Amino acid sequence: MRKLPNNLTIESTSGVFKPSKLPIHESAIKHVTGKAEYIDDMPEWPNELHIATGQSTEAHADIVSINLDKVRAHPGVIDVIVQADIPGEVDVSPVLSGDLLLAGDFVHFIGQSIFAVAATSLRAAKQAVELAEIVYKPREATLHPKQSLDRQEFVLPTHTIQNGDPKEAMKTAPHTIKSDIYIKGQEHFYLEGQISVAIPNEDGGVLVYASSQHPAEVQKLVAKVLDLPVAQILVEVRRMGGGFGGKESQAAVFSCMAAVFAIRNRRPVKYRVPRQDDMVQTGKRHDFWNSYEVGFSKEGEIISAEYDMVGKCGCTADLSDGVVDRAMFHADNAYHLPNARISGYRGKTHTVSSTAFRGFGGPKGVLLAEAVIEEIAATVGKDPLDVRKINCYQDGKSTTPYGQEVDENVLLPLIEELEASSNYRARREAINAFNKQSPFLKKGLALTPVKFGISFTSKHLNQGGALVHVYTDGSVHVSHGGTEMGQGLYTKVGQIVAKTFGIDFTRVNVGSTRTDKVPNASPTAASAGTDLNGMAALDAVMTIKGRLQEFAMEHFGIAADDFAIEDDVVKLGSGGNAEEMSFPEFVKLAYMNRVSLSSTGFYKTPKIGYDRKAAKGRPFLYYSNGAAVSEVIVDTFTGEYKVTQVDILHDVGDSINSDIDIGQIEGAFVQGMGWLTSEELSWDEKGRITTNSPANYKIPTSADVPEKFTVKLFERPNSEESVYRSKAVGEPPLMLGISVWCALKDACAAVCDHTFSPPLAVPATPEAVYYSLQAAEMFKQQSISKQSVSEQKA
Amino acid sequence: MKFVLNDKLIEDNTLPSDFTALRYLREKLGLTGTKEGCASGDCGACTLLVGALEGGELKYTTLNSCITPIQSLSGKHVVSVEYLSDAKKGALHPAQQTMVDCHGSQCGFCTPGIVLSLASLYEYSQTAETEIDREAVCDAISGNLCRCTGYRPIIDAGLSMQKTAMQKKDMQGAAIADEPYVELMSKNSDVKAKLESLRTEVQPATNYLQPQNLAELAQAKSQYPDATLIAGGTDLMLENTQRFHDFGTLIDLSQVTEMQGIQDDGVALTIGASTTYSELEDFSKSRYPHIYTLLSRIASRQIRNRGTIGGNVANASPIADLPPLLLALNSDMTLASVDGTTRVVNINDFYQGYKTTVLAEREWIASFAIDLTTLANFHRFYKVSKRMEDDISSVMLAVRFETQGDNISDVRFAFGGMAATPIRALKAEAALTNVAIADEQALTKAIECLRNELSPMSDMRASSKYRLDMACNLVKKAWLELNGTNVPSFSGHPVSDELMTLGYEIKSKGESAHA
Repeated sequence: MRKLPNNLTIESTSGVFKPSKLPIHESAIKHVTGKAEYIDDMPEWPNELHIATGQSTEAHADIVSINLDKVRAHPGVIDVIVQADIPGEVDVSPVLSGDLLLAGDFVHFIGQSIFAVAATSLRAAKQAVELAEIVYKPREATLHPKQSLDRQEFVLPTHTIQNGDPKEAMKTAPHTIKSDIYIKGQEHFYLEGQISVAIPNEDGGVLVYASSQHPAEVQKLVAKVLDLPVAQILVEVRRMGGGFGGKESQAAVFSCMAAVFAIRNRRPVKYRVPRQDDMVQTGKRHDFWNSYEVGFSKEGEIISAEYDMVGKCGCTADLSDGVVDRAMFHADNAYHLPNARISGYRGKTHTVSSTAFRGFGGPKGVLLAEAVIEEIAATVGKDPLDVRKINCYQDGKSTTPYGQEVDENVLLPLIEELEASSNYRARREAINAFNKQSPFLKKGLALTPVKFGISFTSKHLNQGGALVHVYTDGSVHVSHGGTEMGQGLYTKVGQIVAKTFGIDFTRVNVGSTRTDKVPNASPTAASAGTDLNGMAALDAVMTIKGRLQEFAMEHFGIAADDFAIEDDVVKLGSGGNAEEMSFPEFVKLAYMNRVSLSSTGFYKTPKIGYDRKAAKGRPFLYYSNGAAVSEVIVDTFTGEYKVTQVDILHDVGDSINSDIDIGQIEGAFVQGMGWLTSEELSWDEKGRITTNSPANYKIPTSADVPEKFTVKLFERPNSEESVYRSKAVGEPPLMLGISVWCALKDACAAVCDHTFSPPLAVPATPEAVYYSLQAAEMFKQQSISKQSVSEQKA
Repeated sequence: MKFVLNDKLIEDNTLPSDFTALRYLREKLGLTGTKEGCASGDCGACTLLVGALEGGELKYTTLNSCITPIQSLSGKHVVSVEYLSDAKKGALHPAQQTMVDCHGSQCGFCTPGIVLSLASLYEYSQTAETEIDREAVCDAISGNLCRCTGYRPIIDAGLSMQKTAMQKKDMQGAAIADEPYVELMSKNSDVKAKLESLRTEVQPATNYLQPQNLAELAQAKSQYPDATLIAGGTDLMLENTQRFHDFGTLIDLSQVTEMQGIQDDGVALTIGASTTYSELEDFSKSRYPHIYTLLSRIASRQIRNRGTIGGNVANASPIADLPPLLLALNSDMTLASVDGTTRVVNINDFYQGYKTTVLAEREWIASFAIDLTTLANFHRFYKVSKRMEDDISSVMLAVRFETQGDNISDVRFAFGGMAATPIRALKAEAALTNVAIADEQALTKAIECLRNELSPMSDMRASSKYRLDMACNLVKKAWLELNGTNVPSFSGHPVSDELMTLGYEIKSKGESAHA
């Protein structure tokens, strides 16, 4: 790369990114007026077709016969296809293999698409698919990750991280706990369901409008199923009505199906997935079955940990390798494990393939870590916060089990700041007093931290691309590889471009994400959208700005340092001789003098690398951190509860847009809280998902959000050279919701004066809380009877 | 069918009977601001405002357009998000302005629905001259799911609407009156006039009939014997939107005068079958606090605005919440027939088995009657569900104790979620009848009976064991309350400061522990 003149290097100190007035979300006004266009809102072509698929009703079976005569005869049906009708490859897996666009003679989950119908309306297509006659020969199905482990059925090989000598260390520990916890998954419930429109073009290729976090992968897979070069496919994503990981790998199949029908019928095709099909046919957050043994000192300091984590990956690998890895990388959460063995198993089950979901496995590690802390605290008779603090990464206790150093001293100061600002100790006293005098209601309190590694654990994905054009009126168009799903990425990238240029934000227009603007882009995932694409956009701007500077030096005969663009004004010359020009005026002059006003930009994350063989390395550039204090009140009659107060302190480095960052933190917290409270996935004994609708799968409503809900940003720049020293924010705060689960556990433990941390299922539905209360009550009764026995003996 | 959509009069007589309002807007009119999130009335992305003339006044409420037949809105003013702002002037409705100011949208897909729910609240607060508080905001958006924001900014937006509107008015002075957007929809004389003119018009016969009185209803049902009866349609329409079933002729019960409203004649409470949950909620607010509290946990504001008492009972779902209430209160039901006759059936004799009732083919529920002396008895309604708002019961208990002196003379334990029908626990009732109020052994016996006579199933909402444990605990809770113990319960309303500090709430002065 060309060396830039001195004054154009990015300031790497704190506080540079503090605009006086922050831009609002670029689509805010379009959202509230209903003008923001989602794919289903685009005008339909008169000859547009609509798709539905016939789905497997068996979890694991051979298909003996398929009769689609009645399907074909249904009014409105135009085309019906089975696997053999797919022109190119049948496999639409994102990374590995096994995800088929249509099943052949074999199915491996209930809901798997066996055939597909295109009709003149969605209604006709949905009615038609019900008419199929399919005969199965069922096989035995594996439905639980524990079964996968017993049967040694995995989608991918097991991986183990180890440091120290956990076995020997365990023997020396004064206390040990051995237990297990089943952590259920989560449905994404993006408000806009999966959807795609494919329109054939004159060259035999297709234009695809997708609601996808990964347009480049959609493009690649559409090309594969059509047996066409990737360059023949154009994918555009303007915005999604929510993604949360559910449109990272899962969206592609709908585009592929629409494209196959579009090419076969030479007609535009829409595939909009009704909510129920979406909830049955698309992957969810992994369930995890974690078993653990921990040894610790009388003070509650962890000496040794052995964790076996089995992810319920479903019928194929999908993204499960990364998900299970990340669960393992976060099984320490904020705590130093001097001796540890962490094994991650990729359990195969005959259920829909589990996929990415905000946190990407991390939450299953963090929850395990926090459950362990709660149990240690009850064993040694301490407030869990004290156990958290002594185990927290700090000087002398800074190496993770996989060898990366936690050298940014953020966690403990952040926890202590929140402990003080949330009045944790006084509230603990007050809650103890309340619980003593309240027979029917119990309160609980918990402070839990999160430390989340930022970077894709697949190294090659840590790259970003951008394309910046400056037009002769001074307006700027930015394209980048990231997608907008509500998180405010377009707004932030626009801000970065404006800031780097030195121009007003309103000059910058961030356009929709298109595969012909920025090729081979990584998915918008891993919280890395701004880090990667913001840096790439910045790189492109610096290239253009460098050209403008060279031009100014040549044209006006000034020194490099005498050129600046500040506050939307171009400054030429120095001191009293400085001339000022408006940005459009200057740009136009540059154009007349034949200066290129367009550039690509590129970024790859430095420093990272993980040696899988050695299970050591640096998978992450840095960590995003945070902590939350949650307080709950529980009805011991029913297990029902309310979250009454939440205080959050979160580390986003130097915030690029604090309004947007706080929005991400609050939204992630409530989503995490939902995962651990009212959102319960349920499968029946046949392997059918029974929570297939918002009528039986309950995400939080406004009334579930505590009235006292405070979010503050931890003011400290990123010590790594990230974009304007900011930190990633999308996923980490989801794990702050774990404080609610721990607070509920704490409230249940109040029944037995915290002498025991009763098991609490995940999610902690009222039913789960009720039985946790019962366990605490039983423990209390047993200790009373033990005590009376020993008293009698005495 | 004729109705006013935003500022236009729409006439269309070409539609299938069950064609939804959402599809009509999106597919026929290209008004795509209103979104489909679930097509089952559970997410609120499709929320619309509907205005109706009531005694010469325009009154607006929200509904889920995804499960509302467009023809049921004949004669109404339908307001979609497109109506609220004026693009040329850049003027936004206070609900929109505050949503922008407070960062209330992220992905934006739920936003139009939320804007309309908030606009409805704003409209109500202006006409009723009430201040908007947090509870009112959460109530207004109780049927609106947002997956991005965590709601805090949306609640803030709702709370600042009135202030924002005031500031706008101060800034613009009289100019506000000229703004075409619905600063105050209920005062819109143009819309009123249009609706008045529709009211007097005779509607041509269609596949969607809206009889105005019992005689017309009887005639309609005899003319179209195969027609399906629809009231709020909040459950029925899922057949159309989830199972893709096409209905033939629909007969709408909601306009039948004799089936509307709640009357208190000093002896009994008569509730028309077409009374909505919202109407019952309003009625019970100051009179029957326990009914009011229960309603805060039934469905969402949008569903409560549409769903009817008769529909909830006739639907015969074992997990419906009103049947246990009516069983405990020993309600009589008036069933009306095509031939013009009526008969009275006690609700205790109404349910025959899973989803079956004594209703004959050509019969419908006209009204419910509850004896006021029954309502004066000690009664409680407890609902247990995974989520406080807009969730279906895992278990629901309606209980009534009649006491004489220090004795319990009559007991009703009516459950939802415990069997294939709403069910009473007769043995448990017997165990607590004609015993002393404070007889704890009788309670223990009643709980033993419950464990013997009930065998609920396990499903995605709750396990069989939990359901049974809850049945026992709720009976115990009721008994403790009868005995004057302060026993706390959460409702859809916020946790009171009293509950937070004491662990229970002191009962209001007007109410003794038992009557």
